[in-house]
Formats: sequence, C-alpha cells, structure tokens
Amino acid sequence: MKKQDFKLFPGTYLQGKWNGHQYKVIRKLGAGACGAVYLCHNLQGEKVALKVGKDSSRMMLEVNMLKKFSKVQGVKLGPAFIDVDDWKAPSLQVFPFYVMEYVEGVPLSDFLRGKSKEWIGICTIQLLTDLEHLHKAGFVFGDLKTDNLLMSNSKVRWIDVGGVTAIGRAIKEYTEFYDRGYWGFGSRKAEPSYDLFAVTMIMLEMVQPNKFEKGAHPRRTLAAKLASSNDLKPYHSLIAGVWKGKFQSASEMKQALSYIVMKRAKGTPVSRKQIKAQKHSSDWGELLALSAVAGVFCGFSIFSFWI
Amino acid sequence: MKAGRLKQILLLTDGCSNHGEDPIAVAALARNQGVTVNVIGVLDDRQKEKPQGLEEVESIAEAGGGVSQIVYQKSLSQTVQMVTRQAMTQTIQGVVNKELQEILGEGQSIEELPPATRSEVVEVVEDLGEACELEVLVLVDTSASMQHKLPTVKEALYDLSLSLNARTGSNQFSIYTFPDVKHTIRRVIKWTPELGEINGVFSKLSSGGYTPTGPALKEALYAFTEKPIFRSIQDGEDPYEETGF
Repeated sequence: MKKQDFKLFPGTYLQGKWNGHQYKVIRKLGAGACGAVYLCHNLQGEKVALKVGKDSSRMMLEVNMLKKFSKVQGVKLGPAFIDVDDWKAPSLQVFPFYVMEYVEGVPLSDFLRGKSKEWIGICTIQLLTDLEHLHKAGFVFGDLKTDNLLMSNSKVRWIDVGGVTAIGRAIKEYTEFYDRGYWGFGSRKAEPSYDLFAVTMIMLEMVQPNKFEKGAHPRRTLAAKLASSNDLKPYHSLIAGVWKGKFQSASEMKQALSYIVMKRAKGTPVSRKQIKAQKHSSDWGELLALSAVAGVFCGFSIFSFWI
Repeated sequence: MKAGRLKQILLLTDGCSNHGEDPIAVAALARNQGVTVNVIGVLDDRQKEKPQGLEEVESIAEAGGGVSQIVYQKSLSQTVQMVTRQAMTQTIQGVVNKELQEILGEGQSIEELPPATRSEVVEVVEDLGEACELEVLVLVDTSASMQHKLPTVKEALYDLSLSLNARTGSNQFSIYTFPDVKHTIRRVIKWTPELGEINGVFSKLSSGGYTPTGPALKEALYAFTEKPIFRSIQDGEDPYEETGF
C-alpha cells in the first residue's frame, strides 16, 4: 500500500490522533529524505518545527534520537523534542509527524559570507565541542553535513539528528561527499573518527562551496583540492592528519585546531585579536616596570637598613 | 527475538526481459521461498527519459517482496546500499508485524501502535537489522547495452560490501551474470564475506540481443537455495522459521 504524496498549505490545522494537540501550518521550512518540515504555531501561538513523513518507523527512530539528544549531560545538542503523533489527512490516510523546537538561524554558508577567515576555525571548534559531548555519550552523528547545520546566534546548531548512530554499529545514513568510505579513507563503522572526516569536508566546503566528485583517484582528488585552497592553509596539516586517521576523538582534533587558531592570531595584521594581544603585551610591560620599581625600592630599603 | 538470516537477490539491469518465463512470476516464487528480490534499473547518465519496459523493474521487486529503484549511473553506489538496507528493514518489519498480529489480533501493524509502544518496537527492528546475517546474491545483466556501465556496477558492489560489513551481523555475497549461452547465468564470484577486489569479473562479453531475466532469476534462486538449505540441515534448523516465511 503506497501512501500518496501530500502538501500542507499555510493555514492548515493538524491535530494529533493520540495526544490531540493542534498545530497551525505557517510555512514550509524544507524537505528531507523521509519527510517535510513546516514552521507551525502551537495553541499558545509559539513557533515550533513540525516534521511530517510517510515512513512511520523511520520517523519514530528519529524521535527516539531527538529525545535522547535534545540534551546530553546538560548540553543542548539537537533541537528540543516536543510531541509525536499521527495525523489523519482529509484523504483519510494517516501520516506520522513529530514536533520539535524551532531553531531560528541561517545556513552556514550565508553566515560565513563576508566574514573574516578566522570564523572557519571558530565554527569548526564549535562543531567539535558538540561532537565531543555526543561521542562521550556513546554516539556518532553519522550524516554530518552543512545541510544539517544552522548558525543560530553565532553558534552552530544541529537541526537533523536522524543519522545519529551508536558507536560500533554501521552508519545508517550518509551523504557521499562527506562520507570517508566514498573517498577511500576508511570504513562505514560508527566511530568518532567517522565524524571527524566529515568535519574536514565541511571545512573544505566553507572555503569553496562547489562540491566535486571523486574521479578515478579519490584520495588524489582530495589532496589536490586541499592544496589549492589558500584560505585553509593554516589547517592543511591538521586536515591531512584527520584523513590519515591521526585523531581518534573530537577532543584531540579540537585541541590541535585551537592551537592553530590561537597561534594564527599573532600573524594577522590588524584584527581585534591582535589589539587584544598588544594590550596583553602592554600589560606585561606595566608589570615588568612595576616589579622593577619594587625591586629597586626593596634594594634601597635593604641598603638603608644595612646603613 | 533472535536475529535471523535474511536472503536477497539483487538484480541489476537496464532493460525489459524478452526471453523465457515471466520474471514477475519467478520473483513471486522466490518470495515464497524466503528470498527477497530487489531490482535496480540502471540508466545512462545522458539518458533524458525513462526507457520503455523499465516499469517491469518495479513489478518484479513488488512481487519479490523487495525494493526497486531506477537510477542514473552516478548515484548507483548509494542506491545499491540503500535498497539493500531498506529491503532488510522491510523484511524484518514484515516478520514483526506478523508477530504483532498474532499477539494483538488482525489488522495490527507497527504503524498502528500508539507512539510510546511504537517507539520501542522500531528499536527492536533496528537492532535486528544491525545484527542479522545477510546473504546477497547479485545478478548482473551483462547484455550489450550494460557493457559500459559495468565499471560503475563493480564500484557500487564494492561500496555495498563496505556498507554492510560495517554492521555487527555477518554477510555473504556472490555475483552471477546473465545471459550465459550454456547455463543462463554464470557464477563469477562464489560466496564470500567481502567484495574487495573484483577486477576482471565482468570481462567476458555476452552475446547481445536477448535478455532472459525470468530464467536467470530462477537459476539464481536455485543457486541460492542450494547452499543455505544444505547448511541449515546441518545446523538442524528450519531456514525460513526465523524470517517468518
């Protein structure tokens, strides 16, 4: 039995069959592999994101993940879970849906447009911080890609946790461009390093938004792309290290990246960081002068005591 | 519930059958024997419209209890693994639904459970999909029009093995091609847990002109059932008990 495709128009009311909650459709936010996401108002008039699909098992697995990862160890990872239910359409067909927090934000590429290049490092560090928490909880993100990210108040947020997989299992969803298996850099087993590879591909995409295919020699294609991107120069050895499997955890990669980001601040000509650094050095000067004065004074007092 | 053994035939073709018995009937027979039939129709990257006769792809998979897709060469890898996994889930869901009906009565299925219960059942299905044993017999149409697509097919099969071998459960793959003048199908790779280096597999050209999809599927079914039945007799268990057929 195949379900018909459906379209929800602004103004439509959806009511859950089990919980009875009602939602009013405002507009479509996007469509994914197994359903479409709509911006809705709940009865209180608050904005929520509602996903309707056809495959009820798959939708339920997403809900299970969402419940788990709205909060891991007190850290907000995915959008907060609100409700799960079935909707009986006017056609009498039943469609599963779930409701989650509406994350307001802009796509990563829009956010980075016109921003200084140091944001590449900063966004990546943010991403790695979230991954650190997820990995510690025993899961990998799986289908990590820019489409699944939003910048909300200058902070990276995940908006789709459907690919989250328990460590040690097979990655259940992936997108070839971000998949290390596709590029010949390892297996599709859910390991923290699987996500780290995807992070490097997101970094590549941050500086050159055009995706490319693997060609006859996938590893060589990647190496050439990396070598040709000037904006990623400070990160070349880090990224190559990830590809070689040098990093086993998000923490390790984050540490290495933080080191680069900090170090780079000294070299850039006029940035806020450098002003800060200069301020730092003048602080140093003051301290030095102060201790010299104190030293002289101390010497003088000893001298006078000795007299 | 214990993770069982799932059996699938994966048919890769680009045209309509034109020789021998009806492939849809053979697929229905396979399903009855506990073997799921998945079909992927492979289009040329330059092809604009769907060629005629490819509706058969969907009908064969439907009769075989499997999944079908018609795709361009460039997305073949991702499709092959997706179709295989989808079919696995579908089969397991079928078994679980059957059990549910026995417990809860006719007309019950995972979809109709209240969300709280459904939430637990789908996790069980997911766990079974991760842990079950899987046997995939790949049947590749090597008639003339498929020739230049074979390198992509090879790549996609390697990729399939990469995806499935990341699971906890074990896998067995074998590859057959058709048509073959003498035996309808030709075995090019016998049962193996990994499709690593499969160079030179499709080197021999088949004489073009006819596409005996039905007879090929039937041979594949024979080739398929010989081994598992023999093994399960040794194991002393009913091969279809666990998959619910």
